[in-house]
Amino acid sequence: MASALINVPPRAKRGEIIEIKTLISHAMETGYRRTQLGAPVPRDIIRLFVCTYNGTEIFRAELHPAIAANPFIVFSTVAIESGTIQFQWTGDNGFSVTESVRLTVD
Amino acid sequence: MQRLSSRRQFLAVAGGVAAGLGLGAVMAIRPARATPAEMQEAIRKVVGSARITPGKVTLELPPLIENGNAVPLTVSVDSPMTEADHVRAVHVFTEKNPQPNVVGFYLGPRAGRARVATRVRLADSQTVVAICQLSDGTFWSDSADVVVTLAACLEGGVGI
Repeated sequence: MASALINVPPRAKRGEIIEIKTLISHAMETGYRRTQLGAPVPRDIIRLFVCTYNGTEIFRAELHPAIAANPFIVFSTVAIESGTIQFQWTGDNGFSVTESVRLTVD
Repeated sequence: MQRLSSRRQFLAVAGGVAAGLGLGAVMAIRPARATPAEMQEAIRKVVGSARITPGKVTLELPPLIENGNAVPLTVSVDSPMTEADHVRAVHVFTEKNPQPNVVGFYLGPRAGRARVATRVRLADSQTVVAICQLSDGTFWSDSADVVVTLAACLEGGVGI
């Protein structure tokens, strides 16, 4: 799925702190809005974001309805070794997206 | 006597119904929002009985927000982020959003730098609180007062 945008530098020096920016397309429907006819719109949000680096979890975020639509999350990690950084978003109604990027460490 | 009694009964019943309706109307009109007390309760749920000390944490939010639907929020913590001394978690709470919880970040020494950012919704002018838990188990906090001119959650109904 191309619904996620991930910004990770492709190369880094060993021990360097790299910034990771992620953005995923999602309405984050709060469950507090109503249609014009007054019917409540059911909640539909991403609940959890997990980032793993070569299989080890390095960052996790629990999201609530107060996160803006198209959740944008910025965090950082230390470039330890070359490998794969994997991102997973899971949420209501079986929402699940997994993306990964390659990082080369010199 | 009978009539007076029935009139009295009628008034009592009518008053009760009116009060009930009024209460119902107030309940219906009251917008879904948390209160500072609910925020404290949500904070206690995360922190437990531990002491929260102001300091170490910096919560960055624009002081004047034109659109509460997407407000940039950054939390940074003064921490060396080593194996022995690092930030374990960062939680953000609000007073007046429908729910007090905003987000919980879990990080560790692998993060290198204790700085996280996201975009949040804010329903009203209010105080936002960030609390971090360090690896030694202590909790530190910072708060920011914001003025929101266009609140989130208040845009018109969703088209059908």
